[in-house]
Amino acid sequence: MHTIFRPYNSSSGQRSDRSAGDRLRHRQKVREAIRNNIADIIAEESIIGKDKNRIIKVPIRGVKEYRFIYGDNAPGIGQGGDGEPRPGDVLGQGQDGKGSQQAGDKPGVDYYETDVSLDELIDLMFEDLELPDIERKRLRQIEVERQFRHKGFRRKGIRVRLDKKRTARSRVKRKKASIKHHPGLPAPQRFPFHIDDLRYHHTITDTRNESNAVVLCIMDTSGSMDTMKKYLARSFFFLLYQFLCTRYQNVEIVFIAHHTEAREVTEEEFFHKGESGGTFISSGYNKALEIIEQRYHPTLWNVYVFHCSDGDNFESDNEAALKAAGELTQVANLFGYGEIKPLGSGYYGSSMITFFSQIQEANFQTVQIQKKEDIWNSFKTFLSKDRAREDAA
Amino acid sequence: MATAYDIEDLERWNEKIIALVERFGLDPFPQEFEVCDNEDMLSYMVYSGMPSHYPHWSFGKNFEKLKTLYEYGVSGLPYEMVINSNPSIAYLMRDNSLALQVLTIAHVYGHNDFFKNNFTFRSTRAQYTIETFKSHANRVRHYVEDPSIGLEKVEAVLDAAHALSLQCRRNLAIKKPTAEEAFKMKMAESQPPSDPFGSIHRRRETPAPDLSKVPLYPDEDLLIFIRDHNRQLSEWERDLLTIVQAQAHYFVPQIETKIMNEGWASFWHKRILESLELPQDLHMEFLVRHAQVLRPSPGSLNPYHVGMKVWEDIEKRWHNPTAEDIEEYGPRKKSGREKLFEVREVERDVSFLRRYLTEELIRELNLFEYKNRGNDQVVSRVADEENWRDIKETLLQNVGTATIPVIKVEDSDYGNNRTLLLKHYHDGRDLQLDYAERTLKYVNQLWGHDVALDTVLDGRQTQLVFADGKFALKKAA
Repeated sequence: MHTIFRPYNSSSGQRSDRSAGDRLRHRQKVREAIRNNIADIIAEESIIGKDKNRIIKVPIRGVKEYRFIYGDNAPGIGQGGDGEPRPGDVLGQGQDGKGSQQAGDKPGVDYYETDVSLDELIDLMFEDLELPDIERKRLRQIEVERQFRHKGFRRKGIRVRLDKKRTARSRVKRKKASIKHHPGLPAPQRFPFHIDDLRYHHTITDTRNESNAVVLCIMDTSGSMDTMKKYLARSFFFLLYQFLCTRYQNVEIVFIAHHTEAREVTEEEFFHKGESGGTFISSGYNKALEIIEQRYHPTLWNVYVFHCSDGDNFESDNEAALKAAGELTQVANLFGYGEIKPLGSGYYGSSMITFFSQIQEANFQTVQIQKKEDIWNSFKTFLSKDRAREDAA
Repeated sequence: MATAYDIEDLERWNEKIIALVERFGLDPFPQEFEVCDNEDMLSYMVYSGMPSHYPHWSFGKNFEKLKTLYEYGVSGLPYEMVINSNPSIAYLMRDNSLALQVLTIAHVYGHNDFFKNNFTFRSTRAQYTIETFKSHANRVRHYVEDPSIGLEKVEAVLDAAHALSLQCRRNLAIKKPTAEEAFKMKMAESQPPSDPFGSIHRRRETPAPDLSKVPLYPDEDLLIFIRDHNRQLSEWERDLLTIVQAQAHYFVPQIETKIMNEGWASFWHKRILESLELPQDLHMEFLVRHAQVLRPSPGSLNPYHVGMKVWEDIEKRWHNPTAEDIEEYGPRKKSGREKLFEVREVERDVSFLRRYLTEELIRELNLFEYKNRGNDQVVSRVADEENWRDIKETLLQNVGTATIPVIKVEDSDYGNNRTLLLKHYHDGRDLQLDYAERTLKYVNQLWGHDVALDTVLDGRQTQLVFADGKFALKKAA
């Protein structure tokens, strides 16, 4: 009988994080699964308007490993504890057998949950979406500081920027020179690196041009916008806001809430505060026009305007609203109007979509949102319309 | 972390244990122990203890799961991990106490002896285990790195192959007939039985055998069948199927002998440690640890506990038979010890429990049967006079590979359009439909043509079909 003991090797833990590659691949699969379920996840009320560091649990389907297994009508065997088990006793749910490494076990829960931070989720959501035009207004560009870039070499620097090749080369140069300088001496056995040999990369900050963009979010907060409608509108803006934040380096966002009067509000107020009153849509548009006039002149800025309302405007205001909307299409790159008509709310009152159909401008878009599952799709439609128009132009 | 012992201590105890192992007549492979930390242990668990293993995301998933469970304290790590190879390799956790290490070493020799001597492991070629897994890893990595193949393609084949890997022969000691032998068997079957009065009366008509059918006999090795009969697979795809199948074959014996194996190791570690004259403090800890491992887990089945109970019972009944035993089985020809060694060699879980799990033991182990009712699991039978046999039958369906549905290839040209016809040999347990659906899709992916599966759902003959990229369910009228 021969036995060997191999003692613990402390470096082996660091040396062989052998599952790292497989874990990474699994993680990618999870992300893929999340992306395929994104519409469901967007419809979860809890993610809207929460702070970024929050961890949300996302149910995943699609990374299960399927096999032929027995279903629910397969009986199992258990061991009783201290008490006598009696027919009819309930054991509890979905317990996995102890020896669950064995294949052919019960499937357990139908999906498993994974933790994703909101930031990560947002990245995932917008990975596939493209930016609605950014190059158009070349004159309206400003310079922004960007990434660092290599430029030249220096004798001083930090360790990570050490250029090994150049360092080695300068040592060789020095060696040659020294042999030449002392022709009588035998060539030294060892010729170590000297501090003067060291060469480092030099980096400079690079500047490049970026577009300026401003987005005006206008929301109807009148009394007719009930909780559900407001929730839908906010969800939509939430997506829009997150999208713009991820895509534009330099984007400014203005929030406008209106009922019969409009006022500029903070992000916090916009997403979380309710108000009431009648509806003058024109008030919101005029406020937007005013802000554009004062702060974001269209010669310098890409202007995007989005408005969400239930379309239930005061009759008398319709003309004014139409006129203001017309003016907005003149100054904005894209003016989107989203009408929230939850199913079952009935088509009482007017729909502004029909009314706005008088506007012929190509950069005016309307979309109707009926239920929360629509949000993601209408959001994509909004952006893709803009792109399609670009392509046609 | 400071530990109160060093390698020399382990070696000293190991020598004493080996002396006992030899005295008791155990016959293990040479043994290698490697001391590792908890991260290493997690990795070894994920990769079945192999120093080298091919990559696949499912191992990453498993790692994350185990690690989470471990970090949240839901489940601990095993004290030991031992693989069936020659020499056998076992991993000891660095942070375990000396008493636990001594217990583990003794336990490992039990497993090692079982690997070497139980008949199910004969087919595993233990002397090549490490090299085989290494070679598998190299081949898979090679395909992944091949620019004309790449990770995505390799992964797709592995995903599908993993889904079918355990749809293979269960008892590897039974030789599979070659194509030639199958042909001869079929011919022999179709011969009329020899008739001593053949000259007097007319010969009975015997139908000619259908020799064009592939396979001639239903084939249980799904992956191998697909590998050999789907001409469109490329060489590397075939090789991947071979690798997955080879690994499944390596693990089937362990699935088949879980209860026996754990019971055997527990039986011997107890015996060894009791004879080891441990100092008081170590002995106390051994008693606690032993009780923890062997504790019955209410509601499920602890293979250590069940296995050891049966082994102890066998030894007792042969060593010291009661009058009833002798009346029932005749006088004992073997001593208790001899009987143990015989059983360890020739049984696997199903036969082991069928032969040696007595009514008294079922009662003592307090076994019961449960069924699913909605989301709950409800006790349906307890071990009383009339039900213990049924409980035993259900238990036999829940050990070893009996937990995996038997599915065989019936025809590879079903409906004359290269549809692969599979048949589920229904034993009262239905397939989980959504899983069957997805798995059938994998079969379709590997087979390259339509596939169909005959099964029974809710008492009705049903055919699951995956054709033209769509899944359909046809119930018999």
